[in-house]
Amino acid sequence: MNQRWSKLVSTASTASVLLLLWIVAGLAFDNFWSPFVVADLFSENAFLGISAIGMTLVILSGGIDLSVGSVIGFTTIFVATLITDHSVSPWLAWLTALLIGTGFGAMMGFLIHVFELPAFLVTLAGLFFARGMAFFVKPESVQIRSETYEWLSSCAVPTGGGAELELTTLILLSVFAIALVTLNLTRFGRNIFAIGGSQSSAQLMGLPVGRTKVLVYAISGFCSALAGITMTLYMDSGNPINATALELDAIAIVVIGGTLLSGGVGGVTGTMLGFLIYGTIYQITYFASLSSSLATIAIGALLLTFIMLQRLIVAPAEAE
Amino acid sequence: MAPLLSIRSLEKRFPGVIALAGVDFELQRGEVHALMGENGAGKSTLIKVLTGVHARDGGIVELDGVSIKASSPRHAESLGISTVYQEVNLVPQLSVAENISLGRQPRRWGLISWRRLAQKADTALKQLGLSLDVRRPLSSYSIAIQQLVAIARAIDIDAKMLILDEPTSSLDQQEVELLFSVMNRLRDQGMGIVFVTHFLDQVYEISDRITVLRSGVNVGTAATGNMDRLGLIQRMLGAKWSADTVEGQTRPEKSLDDKLIVLQTRQLGRRGSIEPFDLQIREGEVIGLAGLLGSGRTELVRLLFGLNSASTGTLEVDGQPVSRWSPRKAIDAGFAFCPEDRKREGLVEQLTVRENILLAMQAARSVGSPVPLRRQLEISRTYVDQLNIKTPGVHTRTATLSGGNQQKVLLARWLATKPRLLILDEPTRGIDIGTKAEIEALICELSAAGLAVVLISSELEDLVRCCDRVVVLRDRHVVGEVTGDELNQRCMMEMLAHHDGT
Ligand SMILES: Nc1ncnc2c1ncn2[C@@H]1O[C@H](COP(=O)(O)OP(=O)(O)OP(=O)(O)O)[C@@H](O)[C@H]1O
Ligand SMILES: [Mg+2]
Repeated sequence: MNQRWSKLVSTASTASVLLLLWIVAGLAFDNFWSPFVVADLFSENAFLGISAIGMTLVILSGGIDLSVGSVIGFTTIFVATLITDHSVSPWLAWLTALLIGTGFGAMMGFLIHVFELPAFLVTLAGLFFARGMAFFVKPESVQIRSETYEWLSSCAVPTGGGAELELTTLILLSVFAIALVTLNLTRFGRNIFAIGGSQSSAQLMGLPVGRTKVLVYAISGFCSALAGITMTLYMDSGNPINATALELDAIAIVVIGGTLLSGGVGGVTGTMLGFLIYGTIYQITYFASLSSSLATIAIGALLLTFIMLQRLIVAPAEAE
Repeated sequence: MAPLLSIRSLEKRFPGVIALAGVDFELQRGEVHALMGENGAGKSTLIKVLTGVHARDGGIVELDGVSIKASSPRHAESLGISTVYQEVNLVPQLSVAENISLGRQPRRWGLISWRRLAQKADTALKQLGLSLDVRRPLSSYSIAIQQLVAIARAIDIDAKMLILDEPTSSLDQQEVELLFSVMNRLRDQGMGIVFVTHFLDQVYEISDRITVLRSGVNVGTAATGNMDRLGLIQRMLGAKWSADTVEGQTRPEKSLDDKLIVLQTRQLGRRGSIEPFDLQIREGEVIGLAGLLGSGRTELVRLLFGLNSASTGTLEVDGQPVSRWSPRKAIDAGFAFCPEDRKREGLVEQLTVRENILLAMQAARSVGSPVPLRRQLEISRTYVDQLNIKTPGVHTRTATLSGGNQQKVLLARWLATKPRLLILDEPTRGIDIGTKAEIEALICELSAAGLAVVLISSELEDLVRCCDRVVVLRDRHVVGEVTGDELNQRCMMEMLAHHDGT
């Protein structure tokens, strides 16, 4: 069995888990199969999906980004404070937040590449730093009062059946589309795979390793900031405690989506499926009026299953 | 006209080693220039300094009369230097096509055109006489093919000069010929080619000039016609030279009939990889496996060592049939296996020379009884001396050793286990001619003391020199066996080529 095969199998198994969940849930609960549920699935967790896509790029390149949750938290309180306390225009606030997030990611990527530091440690430091900065900006929740926010929350694309795609969903879908094209159809995207597959080979093949790695972390930082902005759109507030440990959910989604933690194999389509599985499991607990702790347990179990599955499929393929 | 490339007193120091001690080197347009030297002489380092993998400590490099200082392989490529490095340096997870084009994929409207990319790869491989499914991942092909893919990648761009660092180490005769025809064509187009190899025949076939490096200095450049083999070997080895190295060992006559049978197979086979075969190996016997690439040699020994499971037949060790044969059990039975692909399944590059040598020996003992450090040092130093491993010390990380010296460390690892049966898959690949003779002598010596050896080699003369018996394989079949007077190159060639070899 070759690796193209094993990749297909792993995407197919993710997709079939999703399908299975939907069939079972649809049979068990009335109204589960409705456009509203689907729309909710996307909009409620859009910020998580966005950061998982950024995380996919980082993991594909053979790295990891633990600062994601903190950067989201920082962005929410930063944007909220600027808008509410300092009456800055939301657009300007967003732009600043995106620049900070991107710059912060680029900074970490630079340290990782130039000083050959482990990504795990650099981004762990980033996690503490960004969370600290979030509390430094303001240690409590801030409500956002802005006409732009009110107007934007009414923006939506009807999809028929009365349901609509909210702005947050549209942002997620655009990020997904851009990532998909970037990874599969640009040299930069392919270089990410090459570096994750073998960094020393990539170097000797004359690929721009340093630039690519810095850019990957910058993109992840951008995605985190964008996820933070999306979160403020969804919650109309900012809070320094937001999105604590969210990077772990993002990593779980990426892995369930079939991307190997060792880098070089995977993609954002899988991540999107993983994201939908994640959301569906929470929806099911909601429909069944179960406590959400059950969903967390289910995700843990699912993660383990997928890791084992990958081991079973990928290990023999590599041994060939 | 100024030479294409001119290097003057190039220096490179690594901790504990002076790899290049002021090397002068010149390459003309339209010439194939062989770069020779024993393991650790500094050939790869010279190349890597030239292409910016390592920063230089001194010296001047001029390309086309202009002084250059490549800061990275990427930079070197943009200056017109295309390189195939010693080990295959590609990305195994990506497709063959993509490996050829990475970094310069054909695009339409800024986006990669996968269709044209595949076509491009097809064309590039055709030049080397290869046609394969370029969409499959590189890892699904043998090292020989991976090596060819790396070459295809290097000649796919318009470059002023091409550097090939041991490109032929895994190739068979036919593939080498194809490569040479491509090199000839590039030479005629005016490209300068640097060619590193340990195969003397190839040097005399293709090169216009030869430069010999020894311990990081140029000890002579001459037109190929003006440097005969003897002179070349003398230059390479310096004081270490002796007539023995050139003529090699002669096989001692021994009688094996009264020796114990260590291993015997009865119709052992694995579907899709090797047809059922019978094989008997006695103590003290050296058995060679001859066959072209893909003839099933490696597959056969993988079965013997339990790396793959058999689908038919039985395997007997000391007359006892074994069940559920595995590497673990094979090691317990005193078997040792030195694989062909040292990068993927051999060396742990981050460990030191000592740790790598002791690895298999340690594993054979229980966790509770480690080998005492003093003994470890003793053992590793013995092998460093015996195999002539060029390293600053036994505490050096193996990642920094030259390619051939890494191979020797791997060999030492298995010798250290004091096995009863030693399986060697291309043990002298990438090893210089002096050390090769020493390793062959060692094999003879050990087999005289009762060690059974299974030796795979693509070089028939090596087999003739070392083996008591040679098993010939073709298309995944054992097609025959030669011993005694028949054990010569002609006989084996005929069996390899003809269908009625049995
Ligand atoms: N990265 C490194 N760090 C430290 N020492 C190194 C490094 N690379 C090479 N060396 C040392 O430099 C010397 C020359 O090595 P080099 O790889 O150039 O030899 P070579 O001529 O290519 O040999 P071979 O035929 O075995 O490939 C060796 O002693 C080696 O141990
Ligand atoms: Mg070398």
